Amino acid sequence: MTMQTTAGRDERTSTDYLTVQIWRGDRDGTFQTFKVPVRENQTVLDVVTEIQRTQDDTLSYRYACRVGMCGSCAMIVNEQPRWTCRTRVDKLGSGPLKLEPLRNLPIVKDLAVDMEPFFDKWKAAHGYFEPGDNPPADFAIVEPSSSEREAVDEAIECINCAVCYSACDVVTWNPDYLGPAALNRAWTLVNDVRDRGQDSRLTAVSGDAGCHSCHSHMSCTRFCPKELSPTFSIAGLKRATSNRLWRRKR
Amino acid sequence: MNPVLYLAQRGTAAILALAVAVHLTTIIYAVRHELTAGEILGRTHGNKAFLAFYLVFVLAASIHAPIGLRSVLREWTGWRGRSLDLAMVAFSALLLCLGIRAALAVYLA
Repeated sequence: MTMQTTAGRDERTSTDYLTVQIWRGDRDGTFQTFKVPVRENQTVLDVVTEIQRTQDDTLSYRYACRVGMCGSCAMIVNEQPRWTCRTRVDKLGSGPLKLEPLRNLPIVKDLAVDMEPFFDKWKAAHGYFEPGDNPPADFAIVEPSSSEREAVDEAIECINCAVCYSACDVVTWNPDYLGPAALNRAWTLVNDVRDRGQDSRLTAVSGDAGCHSCHSHMSCTRFCPKELSPTFSIAGLKRATSNRLWRRKR
Repeated sequence: MNPVLYLAQRGTAAILALAVAVHLTTIIYAVRHELTAGEILGRTHGNKAFLAFYLVFVLAASIHAPIGLRSVLREWTGWRGRSLDLAMVAFSALLLCLGIRAALAVYLA
């Protein structure tokens, strides 16, 4: 039986098989080809899971929620970083499916990457709340319509899937660059009226690895599965650090 | 890049956008009116406005270009640190000297 699909996969037999090339091994690995039956509403994560369960149980990859909540299943799908759980195979066009681990992060094995450098940069960007030595005893009132809160309405929705980090050319060229996610996180805290660590945070994002190294290619914004705009956050940090410079000189 | 270099590069870019436009306009004017080198030098000789314009142009270029080149070299060659910064200061000084020399040569010609 031939299933109705817009994928139009080539190399498909009469029983409709999808050709899948998957990166195996570490940095010096290579692609391995699999054939997977085409199924209705099949996601890329479904394909990887089927291969692992029915053809090669040594295949390593990462996922948790399967419904676009956790962001842990991000991979490079046909040269572009994506959440595999939210990527339908039949939306990817014709040709074999090519799966690689996220770029700009060390490969642990196959499709699983080491996220430690990603979160190290979060820390380096002071992407954590600093209450100060004497935090107020009462709750802070943050009006939803305040300019600081509105400036980060989108940015606080980031779930750290590292798709933006993988899409960023500047990270590839300058491995020290903090990256869109860490800078986006820093921007949310710069606008947090309760935070008392702004000076050190603005210093942390001002170096050669910081916000001013962004080329505004906007790859992070283009590929963010949540349609956030880290580029906007980085532009905000550029303004904030520049304003601090003027304030100091006065 | 730190905020000082960032602002310096953006600020000089704004100056250069205007300066390059004026520079190109004068070139087109000279070509269209078939001005000879002698006629051009006759207009620039002793012209303080001309000298001031090109000194600003040269100063902006000598600040702008090394900052951009520094970023390119950092990203494409991995050259980092103090040696790169010193090389870019030297490149800036070279641009400044050559540019001032050229502007003065035309002003004093």
